[in-house]
Parts: sequence; structure tokens; C-alpha cells
Amino acid sequence: MNFDYSDDQKFLKDEARKFLEAECTPARVRAVLDDAARSYDEGLWAKVAAQGWLGAAIPEAHGGLGLGHIELCAIAEELGRVCAPIPFASTVYFLAEALLLAGSEAQKAEWLPRIAAGEVIGAFATAEGPGAVSAAGLQAKVEGGKLTGTKVPVTDGDVAGVAVVLAKEGAQPGLFLVDLNGPGVARETLKTLDPTRGAARLTFTGAPAERLGGPGEGLALAEQVMDRAAVLIAFEQVGGADRCLIMAKDYALERYAFGRVIASYQAIKHKLADIYVKNELARSNAYYGAWALNAGAAELPIAASAARVAASDAFWFASKENVQTHGGMGFTWEVDCHLYYRRSRQLSLVAGAPRVWKERLVSHLERRNAA
Amino acid sequence: MDFTDSPEEAAYRAKARAWLEENAPKYAVKRGAAMEDDESHDDMARGKAWQATKAAAGYAQITWPKEWGGAGGTPMQAVIFGQEEARFGVGFGYFTIGLGMCVPTVMAFADEATKTRFVGPALRGEEIWCQLFSEPSGGSDVAAARTRAVRDGDDWIINGQKVWTSGAHYSDFGIVLVRTNPDAPKHKGLTMFWIDMKSPGIEVRPIHQMSGGSNFNEVYFTDVRVKDSQRLGAVDDGWKVSLVTLMNERLAVGGGTGIDYSMILKLARELKTDQGTALGDQAFREKLADWYVQSEGLKFTRFRTMTALSRGQTPGPESSIGKIIAANQLQELSNAAVELEDQYGIIDDAELAPLSAAFQGGLLSAPGLRIAGGTDEILKNIIAERVLGLPGDIRVDKDVPFKDMPTGR
Ligand SMILES: Cc1cc2nc3c(=O)[nH]c(=O)nc-3n(C[C@H](O)[C@H](O)[C@H](O)COP(=O)(O)OP(=O)(O)OC[C@H]3O[C@@H](n4cnc5c(N)ncnc54)[C@H](O)[C@@H]3O)c2cc1C
Repeated sequence: MNFDYSDDQKFLKDEARKFLEAECTPARVRAVLDDAARSYDEGLWAKVAAQGWLGAAIPEAHGGLGLGHIELCAIAEELGRVCAPIPFASTVYFLAEALLLAGSEAQKAEWLPRIAAGEVIGAFATAEGPGAVSAAGLQAKVEGGKLTGTKVPVTDGDVAGVAVVLAKEGAQPGLFLVDLNGPGVARETLKTLDPTRGAARLTFTGAPAERLGGPGEGLALAEQVMDRAAVLIAFEQVGGADRCLIMAKDYALERYAFGRVIASYQAIKHKLADIYVKNELARSNAYYGAWALNAGAAELPIAASAARVAASDAFWFASKENVQTHGGMGFTWEVDCHLYYRRSRQLSLVAGAPRVWKERLVSHLERRNAA
Repeated sequence: MDFTDSPEEAAYRAKARAWLEENAPKYAVKRGAAMEDDESHDDMARGKAWQATKAAAGYAQITWPKEWGGAGGTPMQAVIFGQEEARFGVGFGYFTIGLGMCVPTVMAFADEATKTRFVGPALRGEEIWCQLFSEPSGGSDVAAARTRAVRDGDDWIINGQKVWTSGAHYSDFGIVLVRTNPDAPKHKGLTMFWIDMKSPGIEVRPIHQMSGGSNFNEVYFTDVRVKDSQRLGAVDDGWKVSLVTLMNERLAVGGGTGIDYSMILKLARELKTDQGTALGDQAFREKLADWYVQSEGLKFTRFRTMTALSRGQTPGPESSIGKIIAANQLQELSNAAVELEDQYGIIDDAELAPLSAAFQGGLLSAPGLRIAGGTDEILKNIIAERVLGLPGDIRVDKDVPFKDMPTGR
């Protein structure tokens, strides 16, 4: 057993951190935040592609680096730490993972090299309005290879070139690859709680759709993709939560009230200790998820759910208490606290809210612990 | 104990409701969450007109004496009117700080002429006031104020900076806490003045807040002259004056946040799930019960305060409970609503999702509410130390001259 990154993985992580500290400064994040017309940083995206990160877990045969998923987790943590304004999750955790999981050889050969090269942005389209995604509620449908229906919201749907879409075929849900630049696709950009990430409403009217995986496997596949994404997103959340803790600690050590640094007050010490405890538990759950993902272990659904629940809670708590520690300063636009507050909401919602994952977790536990 | 209206109270409620039904609807606005950012000219004009209408009918400050334009009414009547008014969407925030904190301070410390000059116009909504206490050097620690006032004959000359001043950009007057004696310990060298916000040398710069709007400001003072007659209380006795303001603050803030359990109940009922609606979910129902119980606890705690008030007692530090609960519930409930919508919760667009836009407004304004007018931590210290009588933190700043106090900068 070994519960830590290897030396090589640590090296990769350190390099990723140095790279992102230089290339993804708060000013870069804010340039996207403050410009309603932009939903990602094209320059950073190109540089991240040049680092090979988009293909970190894509086999060399398909143009990737052929590293494992633990390496991808290490990168995710660093992306989360800097609030990176790029469609990395949609493209790598969802699209590439869906292809790796269920794509035919032809589909892999067509898309994976382009993903690794940064030539195509992906999106994962399951939701059709307010509330959790459900098989019974699914309206989008594919008939004769043509998709009709509306998906909203679709993270990065405003800039993506291809989407993985959950839709019914006959009575059965399936996953489908849809070229978003092809015919029968209309997009409307949406305003979101986290303007450093984009989202859209996608309306399909007979858009050509190619099935990913077998007929009727849609829901099961979607869940498997979500498990993988949940682990990777948990690392972004842990990275973000850690950053919040450091911001809060640094500020508490320099801010004086009543003649003392506020870090000397127990209310603040306990607050930071609470953040730390949540972050460490989330990190440990995320590591277990990373192992399960990388090893293709049967425990993945449970490990992924636990990672998602813990990391969502940790990041939310750290981001809101970071604002609180900053007092009035924390409530201003100019101070970076709110970037993380917003991102914590984005990451908790993008793969389905924690309450859905808690339910999944317990139903898996129920089955595993069946009498 | 009686949680129903007495016959007199019922009569007052009926009268107030009838009056509101006749007068309020034309001023009503469709508003989002608490601490709205809509400060369009139109909104302000409507707010002022509504305030004037209330003042003319004796509903502006119900508990104030008649000679000052109030109704000489009881705290209970004020509660009853507030409850009825809340149903009409006419809650304009422009006057809360002035009428709730600044003007009562003026009434407690100014001479008759000054009171006569200011109380009426403020009551009628003709003039708006702001509270210039917090500075970059301290919000919790208001007594650390550095803005200097130096005597010059019959005048004082003020230099320095205030920050987070809500409404300074539209206020006509303010009360400002300044340092008049840096050689004395910090609480003993402060003085309070009322000030005309149009005075030469005052510059108001809006601060962009995390929720997107700009309700609060930096206020810079460069050689601003005020007359000694604008002083409230004695020279170097401003801390005592500020305590009167802050005591009133406890009553002014901590009320409704614009979002409550009934709104999330409505949202859950509209959200279809495979089993029916989100309202059927057991875990959600438990949370809903908790929020309801919490809100009711708060409401009835406030009523108990009102009863104490109506017996002539002053509101004590126990009123600190109100804002801690209200602000944190706003944050938790708004977040729960956003998560209830699952992926869709990220959409922040009042046209696509009117109900959820209110919760998103709540999610982004709640962090400010947990800080403004006493942070959660300070309020808990107050409960621990002043209500429960627990020993305070060891103080290093009380007896040293202000200029020698450790500040880190
Ligand atoms: C929306 C909004 C509106 C406002 N409007 C006004 C206004 O109209 N007029 C005005 O004068 N001010 C206003 N303020 C300022 C507000 O009163 C201060 O921001 C607040 O009191 C906190 O002060 P600070 O920002 O200096 O934070 P700090 O005092 O620096 O606090 C930073 C952190 O340290 C904690 N802390 C500080 N001291 C202690 C202690 N002894 N024990 C434990 N923890 C401690 C705090 O709880 C906080 O978490 C407003 C603020 C906001 C957010």
C-alpha cells in the first residue's frame, strides 16, 4: 500500500504548479471574469495543450502522453488551485473519458488525437432543465441517427466543437456524439454564477448523432463517465479549497483588530482548523478515488461518490469562510475570495449536485452490504 | 403570554392593512433577494415617495414621539405594521441606516435647532443618511479609527478615509467618527460629528462588491471643514456616542432577508422528480423543518425583545442572535435551493429562472450580511462575554496611547 503520489507524480505536480502560477495568474482569470463575451482563456488553453496535459491519460497510440489517471488528478488539483478559466473538465474528464470508456476504435481514432492536440473542445450534455437528470424525464431523442431536443445547461456548450449527449433511442437512453458545428444545432450562451466558466442552452433539430457504446447503455455509461469525472473534479475542488485556506491564513496573519493579528483569536484559529480538517478528509477520499479510477477497481462508484461529497463540502466551506475571514475586504470584487466562492458552486453543480451523489453512494452501500 | 393580537392590536392591524391596501400597491416593485443592487433613479424616487406617504399618515417611525413626526406608538404596533407592510414589496433599503441608527444618534446628542432641522426631512425620506464608522484599519475594531479631526478656531478639519460606507453615494448627510486625540487610549480620543456629504473635500468612490453591485463606498476626506456645532457629544467622547448608534443598529438590522423557507418550499414543489416533486424528498423535508423552526424561533425571539422594549427596557446584547441566524440561514438556504436545481442551478439569469435568480442573489449577498454591522465572530463574542458574562480576550489595546497601538502597518 502507498497512500501518496510517487516521486515522478510529485515532480509533475510541482511543474504544473510552477507553470500555472506563471501562466494562470489571478489577472488572467479576471480577464475572463470581467469580459462577458469570453468564457475561457484561449491563450492559456493553447499553452496547456502544448504541455500535453489534455492528453495526459490518453494512450500514446492516440496522440496522448499515455500517463495514468493519477497524473491527471495531480494536474486537476493544480488547475483547481488557480481557478483555471478553461474547458479542461468538459474536454478531458467528460469527453475524453467517455471515448476511452465506450468509444469504438474509429471514434477514438477520430477524436482522441484532436483532443490531445487541443484542436477540439468537448461538452457533456445530460441536463434538460431544473432538477436532477432522470431516465424517466428524458425528452431528447434520436431517430434514424438524428437528434432532436434541448439540453440546458451544457457547461462549455458555447465553445465546444463536439458534445456527448444523453438521449433516448426508442425507449432506451443512449449516449451520442454530436458535432456541434454541424447542421441542426443552435446554441445560446447563458449567464452563470461563475463567469470564468461558460455554459449554453443547446437546441437540436435533427442534428446527426453517432452512438457511443451499445444501444440502451446510455444511463449506465453516463454514470461511469460521471464517476470518473467526479474523482477528477474532486481534485480541482481540493486544490481550490487548499488555496482558500492559504489565502485565509495569510490574511489572518497580517490583519490586525484590537491590537492583535486576527489569527491570534480562537474564533479564527478554529475556523481555519475546521477548513483544514475538511480539506484533509476530502483529499484522502479523493486519493482513494484516484486509486480506484486508475486501477479500474470495482470500488470506483463508491470511492467516486465519497470523493465528490467530501470535496464539494470542503470547497464550499473553505470558500465561504475565506470570505468571512477577510471581513469587508472579502466582500469586494477586487479581492479574489469570490472567484473561489463562485467556482466552488460551479464544481459542485457541474457533475450533478452532492445530494444526488449522496443518494448514489448510499444505494451502492446498500447493495454492497446486502444481508 | 399571548401570541395572538389583543383586541387593540387587532384593530391596529386592520387599520394598518386597510391603509396599506389603499396606498402601498402603487409603490411596490418586483424585487430580488436581500440587499438588492437596483438603485436606479426610479427606484429611489419611488422609495422616497413611499416614505413621504408613510410619514404623512404617521406610519414612518411609529414609536417615535409625535413631536418628532412619529406616531407615539408602541413597539408592538411597529412590529404589526412591519409585518403587514412586508406583504406589499415596498421594502426600500435607503432609509434603514439613517432612521435606524444615524438620526436616533442625532436625536440623542444634538441641540434642539439641529434636531428640528434634520429629523423631519429624514423621516419624510427627503434626506438620506449614512454611517461613516469603518475604516481600512478597522471595521470590527471601530475604535481603531484613524481619520483625524484637528481643531481650527470654531471649525474642525478632517483628513482620512472611511470605507464600506453603505449608501454614501446617494446620501445627503452622515455621522462620522474621527480621531481627535491620538495620545489618549483609543476609546478616549474619538469624537462624533454630523456631516454634509456635499462638503468640499469629500470624495465618494463606489466599491464594486462581490455580488456585482456597488452599494458601499470608500469615502475620502481632504481638509474637510465642519463646525464645532456639528459635534455630537463631548470632544473625545465619541465612543460613547457610537455605542448609542450601535445599540440602535441591533434593532435596525437582523430583520428579514427577503428569502425564507416558503420560497424554497415553492421551488421544491415545482421541481419534478421521478417520484413526484423535490418536496417529497425526506432529506429535503427535514431541512425545511429546520429552517422553519429556526425562522420562527428568530421571529418570536424578536417579539420577546419587543415585549421587553414595550416595558421600557433597552434592547440588550441578546439581540445579536438575530443577524447571526438570519445571515447564515440566507447563505445555507440559498445554496440548498441552487443545489436543488442540480446542474441548472448555475444559471444566473432572472429571465430564464426568476425564482432561482432570487436564491442566487441571496447566495452572493449572504457573505456580506455575515460581515456587515458586526461579523458572526464578533456577535458570538458579544453573546459569550456580555450575555453569558464569560471573560473577554486579553486586551493589548485598551490602555496604551492610540498612536502606540500595534497595527501591523
Ligand atoms: C455589505 C456591507 C455593508 C457595510 N456597511 C457599512 C456602513 O454603512 N458603515 C460602516 O461604518 N461600515 C459598514 N460596513 C463595514 C462592516 O461593519 C465591517 O466590514 C465589519 O464590521 C468587519 O470589519 P472588517 O471588514 O474590518 O473586518 P475585520 O474586523 O478585519 O475582521 C476580519 C475577520 O476577523 C474576525 N475578527 C475580528 N476581530 C475578532 C475578534 N476579536 N475575535 C474573533 N474574530 C475576530 C472577523 O470576524 C472577521 O472574520 C459594511 C460591510 C459590509 C460587508
